[in-house]
Amino acid sequence: MYQYTEFDKQFVRARAAQHRDQLERFEAGQLTGDQFKPLRLQNGWYVQRYAPMLRVAVPYGEISAPQLKVLAQIARDYDTPDAALLAEAQATQDKIAGLAPKLTTNYGHFTTRQNVQFNWIPLSKSADVMDLLATVNLHGIQTSGNCIRNTTTDELAGVAVDEVVDPRPYAELIRQWSTLHPEFAFLPRKFKIAITGAAEDRAAIGWHDVGLQMVKSPAGEVGFKVLVGGGMGRTPVVGTQIRESLPWNQIMNYLEAVIRVYNRWGRRDNLYKARIKILVKAEGQRYFDEVEAEYQDILVKDGGLHTIPQAEFDRVAACFAAPALNLPSSTAEWAAKAEANVSIEAAKTPAFARWIAQNVKPHQNPALRAVSLSFKRVGQAPGDATADQLDAAAALVAHYSAGEARVTHTQNLVLPWVRLDQLHALWLEAKALGLAQPNIGLLTDMIACPGGDYCALANARSLPLAAAITERYQDLDELDDLGHIDFHISGCINSCGHHHSGHIGILGVDKDGKEWYQVTLGGSDGKDLSGPTAPGKVVGPSFSSFEVPDVIEAILDTYKALRISQSHKAEAFIDTLRRVGQDPFKAAANAARQPVEEAAI
Amino acid sequence: MGDDLQTTNTRNRPQGGLLQQKQTTMNIISAQEHQTVKSTAVISLANDADPRTLDLNGVTRIDLQFPKFTDGRAYSQAFLLRRRLGFAGELRATGDVLIDQLVQMQRTGFDVAVLREGVDASAAQRQFERFAGFYQGSAVGTQPPFAPSA
Repeated sequence: MYQYTEFDKQFVRARAAQHRDQLERFEAGQLTGDQFKPLRLQNGWYVQRYAPMLRVAVPYGEISAPQLKVLAQIARDYDTPDAALLAEAQATQDKIAGLAPKLTTNYGHFTTRQNVQFNWIPLSKSADVMDLLATVNLHGIQTSGNCIRNTTTDELAGVAVDEVVDPRPYAELIRQWSTLHPEFAFLPRKFKIAITGAAEDRAAIGWHDVGLQMVKSPAGEVGFKVLVGGGMGRTPVVGTQIRESLPWNQIMNYLEAVIRVYNRWGRRDNLYKARIKILVKAEGQRYFDEVEAEYQDILVKDGGLHTIPQAEFDRVAACFAAPALNLPSSTAEWAAKAEANVSIEAAKTPAFARWIAQNVKPHQNPALRAVSLSFKRVGQAPGDATADQLDAAAALVAHYSAGEARVTHTQNLVLPWVRLDQLHALWLEAKALGLAQPNIGLLTDMIACPGGDYCALANARSLPLAAAITERYQDLDELDDLGHIDFHISGCINSCGHHHSGHIGILGVDKDGKEWYQVTLGGSDGKDLSGPTAPGKVVGPSFSSFEVPDVIEAILDTYKALRISQSHKAEAFIDTLRRVGQDPFKAAANAARQPVEEAAI
Repeated sequence: MGDDLQTTNTRNRPQGGLLQQKQTTMNIISAQEHQTVKSTAVISLANDADPRTLDLNGVTRIDLQFPKFTDGRAYSQAFLLRRRLGFAGELRATGDVLIDQLVQMQRTGFDVAVLREGVDASAAQRQFERFAGFYQGSAVGTQPPFAPSA
């Protein structure tokens, strides 16, 4: 992991002190609510449906055991509303029709942008929480607001077997460059960068304002392919290639050009047309030409101030060297023997075998594996972790993964440095904690935003639907049989639940104060199995919350009826859908409507 | 959007005051002290204008606009004027100019800021002293921490 220098540490502490200063001036009436809002947003403090939400930045998802422990402490000691507020919130939620889990407190939530959120911390305690976070170099800098947000990356960065270039040093350099950038703190809208260095895109780069794909020339020169103008929201757009190859040390200068032209030209008259995707669509080549001219001016006229010196790259990259793992032996023979032992254990214990097959990924070091802890289970919302679970996860990370984990955009944790000979012990411990569901990549490994239970923007709740589907599909053989399905739920068009990229997507909409849900099919996040990045297509008028679980089941039954198998390998849902088209799925979904319901929109 | 807080406590609202400027590198003036001047030496530039189209000959002051403090276009204009075009005269921030944006204004090249009417200047000074340094180079000669000469 990146090791914070004294400069980095004092910077985070100064930022916490700045938040305290701003909070005190707000409380003293020296800052109005409107003046304070963009300031607290850029520290991750967002006032939600019932209470403030804190979004803690986890830069490119990489998090340490001590950091997880502090998040546990915050969940335990601060994520608590007073009893009256919670009772009022629950009473309000209870008025919404339909069965739903109760509101919960004292937990952290892993987000689709690899961050961690809390839902109940009183704003008056926010400065204390920022001080506590700063003790482990954590903060909420630019996790909200119209600025450059946390850069996201491949959860397997640095360990993936298909990796071309480790993207983490570049992600860290971008983090530093974008932190409190003076010119780009008040952009037309939020700005998200994703970066991948592997052959397979596991970072959904096509869905970001800027997507960076690391490339290596035959001569070994490292560079970036640059996409611009991707984004979800009301108008889903897949990013367009603006640069086929950019030298690695020019990334900040180039981003400066991309964002400066956006800052000058981007629309500010309409919230829904303010993202860079709208500018790129409207201006096309003219925007590309301006960025190129601006980039040349930055290099020639400004002196390329942010060209990365080799020494600086080396300093940062050295932090990402593989950790010392105290392997008994680093020989291929040892790894082969350890692997054989895992196979023997798997043959004895089918549940362990299933977990190995579904939750354990290969590693650049043949003696190691990358292991997913699943935070998708009955009784808890996708990505939620209680204080005790965060503490327990921290202990697993410390013991089994060299003290380092990754928050994934699918709202789980990956332990990237697990020894082969410790897989079984880890499985036993994870199982006892309820974090070993062998469902990674399967239907119940769904993505869901907090939705109308917590979020002020949501039109409808996500979590009751997530719970209903999780409960309906508990049978592991059935899940296994359905195979890989990206199931994504967003409570509103802001698309935090990435419904556009789901093989099956659900979007909450509001009509006459009632919750309705649009179902989309065929979206892709750009990974190999999903195919080229694309938004899903709506199957028809929206469904009531009562109908959605039956609609999902009808769609899945249609898949099972239509799929073809080749050499004992069943066709994946997304492949069947692409082969036969939407119509049979659409017909099945519409047949699952309940006629007693009033007409949908 | 439900994300709005109301200011509940308006006691002790300061009535303005003298700002100590000895450690800031920005001249912060009140709305009363700010005068628009009819002179070819002073330009007032809308925030959607391209500063590279200006004839800067004989210009001693350029007033840039923040119609709302959340509209950040003038930061890019300031950067272009100061760094790209080498404008050495005064860059003045006008409009919805508040305490918490002063440091970034200074870093993008502004040297004078006209505080919005009613804003208490007493909280300004400590903002300039808060951070020991920043990650980026600025429009006014500061190098990024990684620069070989830094």
